[in-house]
Formats: sequence, C-alpha cells, structure tokens
Amino acid sequence: MKNVLEMLERSARTYGDKIAFTDERGGVAYSDFLTRCHRVGSRLIRLNARRCPVAVLMEKSVDALAAFFGVVYSGNFYVVIDSQMPDDRIRAIFGTLSPLAVVADRDNLEKAGRVFPDGPVVPYDEAAVYPLDGTGLTEIRRDSIDTDPLYALFTSGSTGTPKGAVLCHRNVLAYIEWVIETFGFDEQTRFGNQTPFYFSMSVLDIYATLWSGGTLHILPKSLFTFPVPLLEYLNSHEVNTLYWVPSALSIVANWKALDVLPVPTLKTVLFAGEVMPVRQLNYWRDKLPDARFANLYGPTEVTDICACYVVDRPFSDDESLPIGYPCNNCGILLLRPDGTPAPPGEEGEICVRGSFLAMGYYGEPAKTAEAFVQNPLNPRYPERIYRTGDLAKVNERGELVYLSRKDFQIKHRGYRIELGEIEAAAASLEGMETSVCVYDDEKSRIVLIYQGRSLDDKTVRESLKRKLPAYMCPDRLIRVEQMPHNRNGKIDRAYLKNNYTALNKKQEDVV
Amino acid sequence: MEQLLEILEDIDPTVDYRTETDLVGDGILNSLSIMTLVVEIRDAFDVDITPQDILPENFRSAQAIYALIQRRQSEE
Repeated sequence: MKNVLEMLERSARTYGDKIAFTDERGGVAYSDFLTRCHRVGSRLIRLNARRCPVAVLMEKSVDALAAFFGVVYSGNFYVVIDSQMPDDRIRAIFGTLSPLAVVADRDNLEKAGRVFPDGPVVPYDEAAVYPLDGTGLTEIRRDSIDTDPLYALFTSGSTGTPKGAVLCHRNVLAYIEWVIETFGFDEQTRFGNQTPFYFSMSVLDIYATLWSGGTLHILPKSLFTFPVPLLEYLNSHEVNTLYWVPSALSIVANWKALDVLPVPTLKTVLFAGEVMPVRQLNYWRDKLPDARFANLYGPTEVTDICACYVVDRPFSDDESLPIGYPCNNCGILLLRPDGTPAPPGEEGEICVRGSFLAMGYYGEPAKTAEAFVQNPLNPRYPERIYRTGDLAKVNERGELVYLSRKDFQIKHRGYRIELGEIEAAAASLEGMETSVCVYDDEKSRIVLIYQGRSLDDKTVRESLKRKLPAYMCPDRLIRVEQMPHNRNGKIDRAYLKNNYTALNKKQEDVV
Repeated sequence: MEQLLEILEDIDPTVDYRTETDLVGDGILNSLSIMTLVVEIRDAFDVDITPQDILPENFRSAQAIYALIQRRQSEE
C-alpha cells in the first residue's frame, strides 16, 4: 500500500453494503461513501493543484469525513479546521497555510467567506454531487507516492501561535499497521468516537475503521453532558471499542453511570491525551472486568502514538499507570540534556524515530529544525528524531513511565520536583475528581488546583502530608467548582498557570 | 426558584435564566458545569439527584430544573 485510499477501496470491495460511518443524522455504507469521496475529489481536481492544503471547515459529521478523502482523491491534503474556532485564529492559521481552497458545509459557508474572503470556497453539498472524473482520479493516483502529505493538524504551540504538523500517507499506514496488529480490530469493531477530527487521536478511530471494515459511530458532543443517554447511545449502536480522552471516561466514572446502565458490549477501552487518573480507571475496570484497557502515549508529531501499555495488573488509586513499551516499528530514546542516553531508572526526554514521524511543520522551517533533529547517538548517516519535550524513565519492570512535560519539572527550594508526582498523590485522595499542579516561578510557589465536592483545603493538606515529602507539599491550595478545559476537552493547564490567583480571588469572593 | 436562579447565575452570570429555554443546545450547560450544578442543587435543596435524572429534558431551562427539584422534594 502506498496510499490510505487503498484501505477505503479494499473495504468498499469487501464490505460494500456495510455501514462505515454514522452520525446523528444516519449512516453511510462503504460503497456509497466511496462514491461520495470520488465526487468531492472530482470537483477538487478542477482546482488543478497537487500536494496543496485544502482546509475543511465543517461540523463533525460523516460528510466531513467524505470531504477529507475527497481532498485526498484530488491529490491534495486536508487540514481540519475546528468550526468553533474564533475567526482570528483561523485567519492566523490561514496566514501560514495559504490554503488552495476551503470546503465548507452549509452551516459554515458564511464563516468560510469571512475567514477566506478571496476564495475559492467550495460548498460541500455541491462537491458531493459533482460528476465523476474517473480519468482524472486514476491519473492522480498514478502520480501519488507514500511520502505525499495526507493531512495537517494545527496544534497550539506553548508560545500561542498554532503549528501545523504535516503527516504523510506512510505515517498513517505504518501507524495503523501497529494499531491493527496490537488490538486485532476487524469488521466486527464498532468505535464510539469521542475525539474531534482536528485532534490526532481521531486518526486511530478513522483509519482503523477503514482498514478493518468496521464501523465508526460519531458520538454527538452533547451526549457527554448526559451520562445515561450517552451509555444508551453506546448500547443502541452496540459499540464495543472506545478511544477517549481520560476526561471523557472520567465523566462516566464520576457519575457512576455504569452502575445505572451497564454497557456489556464494550470490549476495548483505550485512552490517551492526558494522564488517566487511576481511581476513575479502576471504576471502569471494576464494571467491565473482561474488557481490555490500554494507556497510549504520543504527540501529533508521531502521527498519534509511540508507546502503549496494555493494563495487565491491578493498580491502587495512588499508583500511576506506565506508558509501557514503544510501539512495534517505532523507536524511542530517552535522552539526557547532554544528548546521552538515560540509564534505567533515570529520567530523559522521550525522543522518537521511525516511520510514525511527521514530515515537519507547514511553512515553519525554524520550528521544524528545532523539534526534528539528527539522532545524537548516530553521527554516521542522516536520521531524524522528534523531541517530544516530555520526560520519562524506565521502571524496574522495564516499562516506560511518563513523568511530566520538560517544563513541568521544577526546582523548588533546591529540590528537583515533578509536578506530575504531586498530581498523582492528589488524584489518589478519596473524593478527588481532578487536580492540576502548577508552579508559580515568580513567587516560587507550588499551587494545587483541585475539584472535589466532598473535599476542603484542610483535608487535602493533611492527606498530602502523609503521601509526600514536606518540600513537595503544595504551598497554595485552590478548590474550584469546575476545572477549565481547552477545546480538545483536556484540562487547560496554561490557563491555570497564568490565572490561578484570579481563581483564588473568585473562591474567596464566594466564601 | 430564586435560590436556583442564584446558583445558575454563579455558573454563567451573562445568561438570562428566566427566558432561556435551551440551556443545553446553546452550550450554557456542558458536561462539567452540569456536575457542578447538581452538586449545588443537592446541597441547597437537600434532594437526591441521580444520574438517571441527568437528561436533556430536565435541564432545558430553569423552569425544567426547578420542576425536577420539586418532584424530588415531594417524594421525600
């Protein structure tokens, strides 16, 4: 295989009448979906360009997926734009991207016109019924190679300007091969998709479905407000596979919703994107004793995932889950700041090599050169590694253990401290729903922001003293009613770090 | 009702809860704020709100939430 479209075509041949994707409005069979993609591709061929970015500004839907593959059929690559994103941020992204065109659904046509005034804006509805151009599609395929770009995803850089990681066909083919061999997905696999399409985790849901001939059910976002209807939706679609962010799994656990409504079809529950709190995982494991659980780790720049731990032993609430082992066909190095390998037990930066590695950042040679560097352990021939900025160590079992972001590690009163370790201790407290630890560099203060309805500062302080050395105990505790989340559904750490005093003020006002 | 409106205003003071009839669809209540809201209601009204009560029809508007509270109160 050189092109991801071959997965789609193979499944359309073998499982033509089978439902490939569903959303709230209904489902589409593989063969119909393929035709739709061909039509969108035939329309976009008229743009007369190859290997250029085409932005897709659409609500999360089956149609959005058809738009993605339509773009690929036209020989170009898709860039998923969050329709909820403010206009200015989209304009900033388009400044870097200069898209060839924007494909928009009816709800977003006006917005597309606003953020891309010089056009062309291609209405999805027109493209989906465009006459087929078989010759054009064949010619483009002949010309394609596996290192051609497939999509770009914009991730928020810590500096605030979004960077667009460019992924090629080879990246996704290599990654999905690992996914399939590891989890054994087949035509019986039915995903309940939670993650947005502009988030790298959705790559697993989408492409594992295409590869295996399974079905992907797009879960309406509003369901995550209502735990019981959410589980009813999973039951009615006989969903057996989840790959969610821990925050979403925690909603179900915190409501104890599986007590009310079991979902016996669930066989596989995967998670990534942030640290999974063990207490909430234990709830899921207790309710689904026969299901398989796995903790996945990786950034967008390695397609999705580079390490995986299939949960194979009990964990107490105050332990943290390892990230396990490098994926097959993916290399991980733990490097110390001087570029030498960290020995077992010692921490190092997770650096990744191999076919999962993105091509780089679109239109950003300097940022690319900073993150994608020559393997310092190999001076003999060109070999790129990606520096994740995440710290890990190898434990006595030989498993990788995630410690924190490089910038999460602090020096406090002369001690080197992992904020993640404080969070793990806090997460294990009875009644703790979520917690985040930040360091105020200016005031040299460890701040723990937590959410837990039955907890108060005094209880938390006293319990932490029993779990942590004194120098690691937070200097400031802030209880919030509701942890702020960013648009991927993850806890917004950047906001908390910069605004915790305001939160504190608000809490005092309430008191 | 006044007490409930106060709780709701704490969650988002920019909303007019007397007239708003689509708290969920308009994105005012989400997975996180609904949890906060329910905890506050449990404390303030001393009623038991269970996961089965967390349904769109019970949280569409302030009136709907209030009706839910009253139903639970009359049961106790």
